[in-house]
Amino acid sequence: MDSSLLAVRDLRKHFPVGGSLFGKARGVVKAVDGVSFTIGSGETLGLVGESGCGKTTTSKLVLAAEEPTAGTIEFEGRNIADLSRADLQDYRAKVQVVFQDPYSSLSPRMRVGDIIAEPIKAHEALSAAEVRGRVSELLELVGLRPDAARLFPHEFSGGQRQRLAIARALSTRTRLVVLDEPVSALDVSIRAHIITLLEELQQRLGVSYLFIAHDLAAVAHVSQRTAVMYLGKLVEVGDSLELCAGPLHPYTKALFAASLPSHPDESREEIVLSGEVPSALSPPRGCSFHPRCPFAMPRCSEQEPRLLEASPGRRVACHLYSAS
Amino acid sequence: MAPLLRVSDLRAHYVGFGGTRVVKAVDGVSFSVEAGETFGLVGESGCGKTTTCHAIVRLLSPSGRIVGGRIELEGEDLVKKSQAEMRRIRGRRIATIPQDPMASLDPLFSIYDQVAEPAYYHRSLRGRSLRQRVMELLAAVRIPSPERRMKDFPHQLSGGMRQRIVGAIAQAGGPRLIIADEPTTNLDVTIQLQYLNLLKDLQRATGVALIFVTHNLGIVAKMCDRVGVMYAGKIVEMQSVRGLFYRARHPYTKALLDSIPKLGVRQPLYGIPGQPPDLSALPAGCAFHPRCQRAIDRCRVEEPRQHSPNGDGHVRCWLPIEEEAAARG
Repeated sequence: MDSSLLAVRDLRKHFPVGGSLFGKARGVVKAVDGVSFTIGSGETLGLVGESGCGKTTTSKLVLAAEEPTAGTIEFEGRNIADLSRADLQDYRAKVQVVFQDPYSSLSPRMRVGDIIAEPIKAHEALSAAEVRGRVSELLELVGLRPDAARLFPHEFSGGQRQRLAIARALSTRTRLVVLDEPVSALDVSIRAHIITLLEELQQRLGVSYLFIAHDLAAVAHVSQRTAVMYLGKLVEVGDSLELCAGPLHPYTKALFAASLPSHPDESREEIVLSGEVPSALSPPRGCSFHPRCPFAMPRCSEQEPRLLEASPGRRVACHLYSAS
Repeated sequence: MAPLLRVSDLRAHYVGFGGTRVVKAVDGVSFSVEAGETFGLVGESGCGKTTTCHAIVRLLSPSGRIVGGRIELEGEDLVKKSQAEMRRIRGRRIATIPQDPMASLDPLFSIYDQVAEPAYYHRSLRGRSLRQRVMELLAAVRIPSPERRMKDFPHQLSGGMRQRIVGAIAQAGGPRLIIADEPTTNLDVTIQLQYLNLLKDLQRATGVALIFVTHNLGIVAKMCDRVGVMYAGKIVEMQSVRGLFYRARHPYTKALLDSIPKLGVRQPLYGIPGQPPDLSALPAGCAFHPRCQRAIDRCRVEEPRQHSPNGDGHVRCWLPIEEEAAARG
């Protein structure tokens, strides 16, 4: 897909660990290890995985908050590693983020108007009146009253704070928003509002989302395509509904089996994984999932499977589906 | 036969600011739990589910007190017990599994010490038999190589293992009832499934009753036999788990069910308007009426009484959803 807004190719981020201040590092954690995906304009890509699988590191790399060890991130056709300082500024204006916890992501000492205006002032030369006008528009866009600008964050509920965080993320002609678990910290009755708001905003503004979460049902609901991550690698990528209907990779199957039923009579294949996620410091040889995989073959502990196309638009990294 | 636990008209309030501010966290809650049954208590944060649990074991924070009602465990009223008597009940007859396994294990004591403690005090086990019991408990919660692991300290274990240790501690005193307060909120989904299956297996093996507190209706669907839905300190609907999912009667229950994304179905979600209420300044009439689409004038002035439309469970609503929905399910 050449029309993609963001194209990530073979992205890697390794962290040295275990060294003392001047000593040599004794090991490396491959937090992100060869991840490739694309996000089209106005599209949502869901990124699912358990804690420690590298979702957050991936989002930091996309936000240019960390420098990749290897691999490229192209935005609107340009590699962001080659951008000049000014262009990188512009990139940061177009790629914004909404964090999980709206209680810690909004400064308690700033008025809401100033919080939302801050990115605008940093990136655009507008008069104070124009900035105020933009802030009012943004507040209305996320369903809050424009006079909320005078208030402080503590005067808002969790759901309203998340709306403020979304308004801030959209303040600078944003093209891509990284949503890092945007509803996990909210009450159940409020989650649906935020999900619906995000969907409406996408339709109105054509903005793209990278939606990171561990709740499969929510991810599949919001995103057109879903990518499943395990120990720093993507194990399966595909259309969200198709992925739900027929997960291919054993880990994806297990994730779906583990997601809770929406009904007491819902019967589903039970795949209970044994053991826990292995340490990223010493990942298993071959396929990193093989020690927990119910379908593991001798080959899985020797050779690492590559992410190959299993059907059009569907890629999976598993020896069960590779022909040779 | 009397139920294992019967809570009737329990009221637990928090009093602050010299008595000027009263938070009615639990305000007239009644339910009962039979031996070997799993009762689910569902609701959003701040609806009073955790306060209900703390009140049952009489461990409310200093500002909270039980202002009315009865908590009968096998016929004995726990509200009338002294703290010394409660110490002989907690761990021995009622155990709790708290929310955060990182915070509920003592970092300074080994796994052996912490699992052995309830068995030492409540079952008077000593020496080799105590050691044997700890090994059995750890094996029951599927800790690999228990004889080696029990010398470890909490920081050496992963989150899932720590939560299983907490499960072993809850079992150690041989209780008839375990209160599990959101035991899986901090766990990953695959580990959560492991843990829920483990609890079910333990329940099958020992016949212990469970009170399962959660905000996750999926966990309710998987684990519970009967469910109470709490809103603003009251149980607004109580039913069997199937009844709840097929024929929700209270508009709040229905709204909760409609607000959750279902796997593989992309239908629009229903967002409940407004905010959960402030428990120190509840609206007049039914506490849910400002957010309810079916609200009528009566809901704004008069609080609905608890009634049972057809025997199974009960609901607190002037205009419950009738059987029209049954055809759909």
